[in-house]
Amino acid sequence: MIRVANGQGFWGDWVEAPFRLLRNGPIDYLTLDYLAEVTMAVLQKQRMKRPGAGYAHDFPPLVQSLAAELMERGVALVANAGGLNPGGCAREVKRLAPNLKVVAVSGDDILDKLDEFQAQGCSLTNMDTGQQLSEVRDKVLSANVYVGAFPIAAALANGAQVVVTGRCADAALAMGPAIYSLGWGLNDVRRLAAGVAAGHIIECGAQATGGNYGGRWQDIAGMDEIGYPIAEIEPDGQFVITKHKGTGGRVTAHGVKEQLLYEVGDPRAYMTPDCIADFTSLRVEDCGADRVRITGARGRERPEQLKVSINYAAGWKATGTIVYSAPHALEKARAADEIVRRRLARVGLAFEEIHTEYLGVSACHGANAPAMAEVAEVQLRIGVRGQERGAVERFTQEMIPLVLSGPPGATGYGEGRPRVREVVANWNALLPRELVKPFVEVIE
Amino acid sequence: MKMPLSRLAHARSGDKGDSANIAVIAWDAAAYQFLAENLTARFVADYFASQIKGPVERYEAPNLMAVNFVLRGALGGGGTVSLRIDAQGKTLAAELMGMEVECELDVPAERP
Repeated sequence: MIRVANGQGFWGDWVEAPFRLLRNGPIDYLTLDYLAEVTMAVLQKQRMKRPGAGYAHDFPPLVQSLAAELMERGVALVANAGGLNPGGCAREVKRLAPNLKVVAVSGDDILDKLDEFQAQGCSLTNMDTGQQLSEVRDKVLSANVYVGAFPIAAALANGAQVVVTGRCADAALAMGPAIYSLGWGLNDVRRLAAGVAAGHIIECGAQATGGNYGGRWQDIAGMDEIGYPIAEIEPDGQFVITKHKGTGGRVTAHGVKEQLLYEVGDPRAYMTPDCIADFTSLRVEDCGADRVRITGARGRERPEQLKVSINYAAGWKATGTIVYSAPHALEKARAADEIVRRRLARVGLAFEEIHTEYLGVSACHGANAPAMAEVAEVQLRIGVRGQERGAVERFTQEMIPLVLSGPPGATGYGEGRPRVREVVANWNALLPRELVKPFVEVIE
Repeated sequence: MKMPLSRLAHARSGDKGDSANIAVIAWDAAAYQFLAENLTARFVADYFASQIKGPVERYEAPNLMAVNFVLRGALGGGGTVSLRIDAQGKTLAAELMGMEVECELDVPAERP
């Protein structure tokens, strides 16, 4: 049995979690998940400004802080913090933690090969909309293939104490250690499907241990010191989700089911580079305090095509807010929205979208929000998006004047003019897997 | 008897591009049977009509006593494109759990 923990559900998750997982009890592998869909685009912008960048810059210093305890406890660290530059990230880790064996997994970045692949007949058509890539080709910022867990296992077989990857399937971070330690092969579809389930359940950190729980969250104690999830994986693929004793939060079958289906489409066919897992085959049952056993995993062989995540520049946007108080808070906010829209129309600005929300009234739940006779205050939130930066810039000048020239009692404008931000859109496509060659690099 | 869905199930929602998913997990077998029979894609699509542009897909996972819904065109473009405060659909689960349904099951007032 191996214990695989996850101490980071996204880049920016609780900074204490990795340290606590090392100190609060035994684990064999510590995984950290840094990459969301848009993260790659953020990293590409950083790489354009500074060629050596393109990875989670705070990861190497984190490894430096963790190094002594990783070695003392014999825990290997697996993280996709490499982003667009796993080699560069791994070298910086090695520089700051020279006593650790560091291995990079690269080969997922296909930005430089897009035209070559298209010339070879790979359309890279948008899976969701059917659009041709040529429509946005000149705006592409990044293009990465989701690679699987076997390169991570290869890195561990090379003796890695730290594995730094680029874009890989989130579940691969936990599957790599299982494949390596438990001797799973490419054709062990049931075991791989179990590994997908285990990796998927722990990839979002404390969402498996009581965080963001949809039931009686009030009964979950100790969220301030919530334990992050650990998968105890057996050689045959069955596993237990748990957390360290004495930590906060809660692990129950109901909570684990929520996470198992989180961001999932068809539960019978959860696609990963290593197998297509069937989550409807799983038995999920409580088996002790803060322990949930998962058995019965089935799946189908790995797909012939891998998913590509392309990010492209898609214009500009800005969002401005102002607060109105009672009496008539909502009426005031509606009047202010009308004023802004008329002023924008009068100067002839066109946007792809102008979107207004009333926070405190209906912003999250729209028409299903509970009706209220009178609200104490409401935050007006107006967002615009368009292709011309200048038009969006002009919008940012229209919010604060409302304080003096609109309905009475406007406040909450302390942050000044809204910031104009570049819009990065995501484009998913498929690519034959033989075109992708992940490789490992031992950093000396 | 009218009751909110939260008496029968709990849920979590998340995003994938411009789609949101809401996993609805029944509290017990009787509640799951009710949901499997009554909580249709059409029902969910009508409930979210003012917020989503695309169709609703529905998947059953009897082993988890769960029904999963995928709401297309639900997030104003999704990712960094969306202008919404809830661009990732985090609050859609709670919204669906507030839906009132007609149900004759005798269910506890409080759930874990």
